[in-house]
Amino acid sequence: MVQVRRLVLDVLKPHHPDGLEFSRHLAAVCGECRLRLTVMEVDESTETLQLVVEGASLDFERLRAAIGEMGASLHSIDEVEVVGGADAEA
Amino acid sequence: MNLLRNAAFLLRISRSHGILRRYFVVNGFDGALAMLGLMTGFLVSGEVGLEVVIRACLGAAVALFMSGITSAYVSESAERRRALDELEGAMVADLRHSAHADAARWVPLLVAAVNGLAPLLVALLVMTPLWLADAGVPLPLPPLPAAVAMAFLVLFGLGLFLGRVSGGFWLWSGLRTLLVGVATALIILLFIH
Repeated sequence: MVQVRRLVLDVLKPHHPDGLEFSRHLAAVCGECRLRLTVMEVDESTETLQLVVEGASLDFERLRAAIGEMGASLHSIDEVEVVGGADAEA
Repeated sequence: MNLLRNAAFLLRISRSHGILRRYFVVNGFDGALAMLGLMTGFLVSGEVGLEVVIRACLGAAVALFMSGITSAYVSESAERRRALDELEGAMVADLRHSAHADAARWVPLLVAAVNGLAPLLVALLVMTPLWLADAGVPLPLPPLPAAVAMAFLVLFGLGLFLGRVSGGFWLWSGLRTLLVGVATALIILLFIH
């Protein structure tokens, strides 16, 4: 089975909720994962983020929905790390 | 608990804590001053039955409640809708299913509840001596002067609350709102006489 191990996402979000609350919500949704949020750009009412999510098996759709629930939108998937076959079982 | 957490979250993302506090104080003040005005009016009117006073004050309290609820709901809904539209413009996205849309729906209801309940609860509090006297509980003062004293006490309390919010000197803040109450009573007396 193919498993997503790492994602680098380009996300646009409003100033509120702030980065900490935003990451906490995503971390609560993705379960066993590690999340790093970097603010790349700040505009009048929005922030551009780089979101690095790592985990044994990431549920991308759930993650995308959670991003939307926080009023943010996913602009692009900049990096993906996926494993399949025997590696995925490890 | 979950409901409270959600409400706190919606208030946080819509930055409405300050608005709630402001509405609470402004309308609590309205409630206290309206009751003070009524009590002062009854005091100088001579013999008025306690039941009449209670009914008149209750009528005013309910009117303040309705006015607070409806005016805040109408104005806050419009403000929240506009803020959501602006955010959607900035995000170039449909935020219908986001927490921000939830906030635009729920925050006006919360604000309206605070705006309506603040004057109602304050008015009921000011009326406490009237209820007690009506129930036959002995008071150190006659019911109307006791209710006026209660109105002053509530105004002082609102001042203390404001002092805590602003971080200023609590006693000065309390005395300032108390002074507003005293000035109001004096102006009413001046007009009535």
